[in-house]
Amino acid sequence: MSLYVPILVLAALSAVFAVFSIVMGSLAGPKRWNRAKLSAYECGIQPTPQPLGGGRFPIKYYLTAMLFIVFDIEIIFLYPWAVAFDRLGMFGLVEMVLFIVTVLVAFAYVWRRGGLEWD
Amino acid sequence: MSATIAAGVITPPSIEYSQLCPMLLVFGLAVAGVLVEAFVPRQARRGIHLVLTLGGLAAAFVLTIVVASSKSLFRDHAAGHVAAMGAVAVDRPTLFIQGTILVLAFVSVLLIAESSHDVSSFAAQAAAIPGSAEEREGLLAGITHTEVYPLTMFAVGGMLLFPAANDLLTMFVALEVLSLPLYLLCGLARRRRLLSQEAAMKYFLLGAFSSAFFLFGIALLYGFAGSVRLSAIAAAASSDTGSTTLLLAGLALVGLGLLFKIGAVPFHGWKPDVYQGAPTPVTALMASCTVVSAFGALLRVFYVAFGQLTWDWRPAMWTIAILTMVAGALIAITQTDVKRLLAYSSIAHAGFILTGVIAATAAGLSASLFYLAAYGFTTIGAFAVVTLVRDPAGEAAHLSQWAGLGKRSPLVAGVFAFFLLAFAGIPLTSGFTGKFAVFQAAVAGGAVPLVIVGVLSSAIAAFFYVRVIVLMFFSDPAPDAPSVVTPSVFTSAAVVLGVVATVVLGVVPQPLLGLASHAASQLFVR
Repeated sequence: MSLYVPILVLAALSAVFAVFSIVMGSLAGPKRWNRAKLSAYECGIQPTPQPLGGGRFPIKYYLTAMLFIVFDIEIIFLYPWAVAFDRLGMFGLVEMVLFIVTVLVAFAYVWRRGGLEWD
Repeated sequence: MSATIAAGVITPPSIEYSQLCPMLLVFGLAVAGVLVEAFVPRQARRGIHLVLTLGGLAAAFVLTIVVASSKSLFRDHAAGHVAAMGAVAVDRPTLFIQGTILVLAFVSVLLIAESSHDVSSFAAQAAAIPGSAEEREGLLAGITHTEVYPLTMFAVGGMLLFPAANDLLTMFVALEVLSLPLYLLCGLARRRRLLSQEAAMKYFLLGAFSSAFFLFGIALLYGFAGSVRLSAIAAAASSDTGSTTLLLAGLALVGLGLLFKIGAVPFHGWKPDVYQGAPTPVTALMASCTVVSAFGALLRVFYVAFGQLTWDWRPAMWTIAILTMVAGALIAITQTDVKRLLAYSSIAHAGFILTGVIAATAAGLSASLFYLAAYGFTTIGAFAVVTLVRDPAGEAAHLSQWAGLGKRSPLVAGVFAFFLLAFAGIPLTSGFTGKFAVFQAAVAGGAVPLVIVGVLSSAIAAFFYVRVIVLMFFSDPAPDAPSVVTPSVFTSAAVVLGVVATVVLGVVPQPLLGLASHAASQLFVR
């Protein structure tokens, strides 16, 4: 059990430190509220209030970037396979076809669901 | 350099497709489900998905039995076979766990498939803002998300791979494959959509944290052993070379990642919120299949990789098991929401199963396997009943609304009372057999204090289960009492299967107990 003593001491110290910091901060710190201090974020888009049914921002670029990454990963696997194609033989071909078909299924879904339409 | 690479001979890896076919089938059908989503018209999708999902899970279960009964796999008293170049272990405990997951997933999919108009649990369009005109249009048009079926299949595929993973990297990939679809499914509730989206967000963030811990643990263990194979870590640990600090820190972090998925205290924070917010069929899937899968992975890691370190991890696991049982039972008393109550009950049950894990013997393993199967059926049945008690706003989750349910719908209230008694571990239910088995294994392993705590917290838990039963049968219904909807054949089948399994495993548990102890007799393959 003596192995655990340092861990227990550390846990106790961190608990004391956390409680001390929070309690002392709320007791001793000056309290001057303003609107900016009460908001949840310091920067970026205002989280609230959102207009009903609106308040959205386009994620077209995000979607394009995601699809690009999928292509990118595919290429990362395709190049070494192409270089070693002769030696990997039939096994490599079958596995690569399976991989590309699986990725294609994802793209088919994106295409049919309108993920490739810009507007 | 490039010349040597070009001249080198590459031996293609060998993959035992026949032994991995249950998992491959589930993953293949999940991909097929995505194609159905892309190319089949909306009206026809649900039927095709039902055939693919239910048929696929049943076929995968049959294939699991075929693999488990194949003579070549267990020739010469072998514990099993390490397939796919050491990445996936195929042995008896794994096959038992996979079979359990497939059956429980089948019953959960019955709940997911429920779609008579006022009972369906999934949003028309998850992308529509809650309360917007777009959302109303979708609801009026009667559309539902059929993506839930391929998502469920992907999650089930990950769950099958998770306990079978024989190296930590495969285990991590499986963990993500099972988690990512679940994060999405949590956010798809039809009613109380903000609560559902909040649950999905919390589950995703906390799950991402725990994945990071798990991954860091893998890195430390790789630094210690020079390999991510579980057997190589065990060999390095017993040869007493390298830094013990790396090994123990890696053990702690990998254990943390696994205990998070199980929902053991103090890593349980997500469980009540997520179980409450997620659509109830998805909660049933998480409370049964995910728990079984995560316990399978935990058992494999602690029995195979850290089997020689029992003296190092036992004190910590004792503490976690005691905390989980006591905190789960105590906090459950204060709950006023049925789904949160069942979530805390699930936390307490995770503690009971941990006592079987801590035994680190074949008896402990077989008791845990039995408990997981028995508990899975009961919990799916209980959540199925929760989907039936509804008011105009959706499911009537608040306990005060359940008051007097026994006077208005004796059958539904009686079935729910029966499930609660099984959770409490009353004899002649599967809960009693399971608890008896894990506590017996724990006593045989010398963990008498743990069992005393377990029995005491069972008694505390029995108090709040009985309180709900008293509330249902001995108080008067509120004026705004919810109605009990008549379920379609899907939900009825799930409830009936839950009741039958709970009775059978309580009255004649011997066949499954025997199967579990046979599965556990040789522990895991290394």
